[in-house]
Amino acid sequence: MEVFITAAAGVGQKRTDLSDLFEDEPSDNTPEFSVSEISGAVKKAIEGGFSHVRVRGEVGRVSRPASGHIYMDLKDDRAVLAGVIWKGRAQGLAHRPEEGMEVVATGKLTTFPGQSKYQMIIEDIAPAGAGALMAMLEKRKAALAAEGLFAPERKKELPYLPEIIGVVTSPSGAVIRDILHRLRDRFPRKVLVWPVAVQGQKCAPEVAAAIDGFNQLTPGGALPRPDLLIVARGGGSLEDLWGFNEEIVALAAAASDIPLISAVGHETDTTLIDFVSDMRAPTPTAAAELAVPVRLELLAWTDQQGARLSRALTTGLGQRGQRVRDLGRALPQVDALVEGPRQRLDYLGERLPTALRGAAAKKRLQMSEAALRPGILSRRLAEYRRRLDGLADRLGPALKRRTRDGRTALEQTSRGLRAQVLHDRVTRQSERFETMLRRLSDRASRQQAERLSRLEALDRLRETLGYVETLKRGYAVVRGDGAVVTTQVAAEQAKALEIEFSDGRLAVGKDARP
Amino acid sequence: MSDVEKMSFEDAIKELETVVGQLERGDVALDESIALYERGAALKARCEAKLKEAEEKVAKITLGEGGVPAGTAPLDD
Repeated sequence: MEVFITAAAGVGQKRTDLSDLFEDEPSDNTPEFSVSEISGAVKKAIEGGFSHVRVRGEVGRVSRPASGHIYMDLKDDRAVLAGVIWKGRAQGLAHRPEEGMEVVATGKLTTFPGQSKYQMIIEDIAPAGAGALMAMLEKRKAALAAEGLFAPERKKELPYLPEIIGVVTSPSGAVIRDILHRLRDRFPRKVLVWPVAVQGQKCAPEVAAAIDGFNQLTPGGALPRPDLLIVARGGGSLEDLWGFNEEIVALAAAASDIPLISAVGHETDTTLIDFVSDMRAPTPTAAAELAVPVRLELLAWTDQQGARLSRALTTGLGQRGQRVRDLGRALPQVDALVEGPRQRLDYLGERLPTALRGAAAKKRLQMSEAALRPGILSRRLAEYRRRLDGLADRLGPALKRRTRDGRTALEQTSRGLRAQVLHDRVTRQSERFETMLRRLSDRASRQQAERLSRLEALDRLRETLGYVETLKRGYAVVRGDGAVVTTQVAAEQAKALEIEFSDGRLAVGKDARP
Repeated sequence: MSDVEKMSFEDAIKELETVVGQLERGDVALDESIALYERGAALKARCEAKLKEAEEKVAKITLGEGGVPAGTAPLDD
């Protein structure tokens, strides 16, 4: 207050009334600005005072019009700062601003006099610290996972022994040396290195192009297509590894037809490419170990298989040989095999004559028994004779009757028929009839002759088998009163007995008995 | 059976293992066991040939216009 009065006092030296002074000409001495002048002055003051600032805040609304510039808000809980990234800058940004991102923007403040606004011209923008980067990474991961790019069934199996290995990495540095060194130790292979920047803004597009480029090569071409890819980078800060978190890299790795091993950073670092790769190696050296088997071990294994192969065959042959020998010993002697049958043969041979003699005797007995019953034969003979006689008697009359019947029928039929035709017919039929009659009587007499000769034959057989022949062997026939006597009772009842021997009969009187 | 000369190393060792197993079990006929042995020997030769192909050849791809591979150059390691 004192200062103010002092100043006023100074002014007041010209004016006696202090109050008049304040009331009548309060701004006479204040310079007068036009709107443009003051806006320009403000612009100058702000641009001068804030020519290079870093502002930390959360990205608010972001708009990207066709002009290529990016308009965005930076905000915190109490204030909002408008910002713009000019087209030329926007293309070279390592991180594109996304709403919600915690960032540190670098640039200068300026004003926009046309709207009485001030804003920040952003030269560069970076996520604010690891936390912000991780948050962004989580967001990308969720998006890619939702697309199914991390699905286990998408993972391709690595070839057991790749012929050509494509490595996407920096051609200089420890990483490629570590990989080549470990490959040499295990199984030297053909290696194609696709040089890329492994950090900075060129990293992501170059890595993506390399993965795609290897896939474009034709197998066996001038540049042969690898059958395994390794995307590798050594350890570094989160920002250093950030290129491998970019979506284009993850998408290129997911699209690769060639199985891909990712080996980015140290074991604790996990980048987006690790989720889409077919196999994640903790280090570049580990990637080489996953890529190829150990040659010397395989050589030893192959030798071992070869030895087992030979041993198995030798053993197999040996066992079979032993079995053949064992079976040979177990085989019975030929003599032993025929001994049994031979014994049987001998036994049967011995029995054969005896059996023959027995069979002959049995037959003979049967024969002699049959011969002792001449009655059967006589009866059969008598029956045949009777049937023969009957047939012979019927033959003549039957023929006559049929002739007569035929003639009668003929006469009956011929009545009323024309004489000449009938006469011819009758003649023909008569001739046929005569012929048939002749054939009939021929057959009848032939049959009769046959029967007679059979009868005679049977009679001769009877004679042979008859008792008369038996008598010659010492048997005798006893007759009593003209009939054959077969029992003692009949003999006692008979008035007289007669014994017939083979050479004659002898009468034995009843009186001759004691 | 596929042509041994065209088999990949992995296929060859898999089949060799099977063949050895079959022979060792001894449940194959004599004729077949000899054929199996011959097949096994061919497989083993194939495996050894593939293992002898261990040749280190490292090349760096040189890129032409538009990032298209133009050829190879030795890796200045």
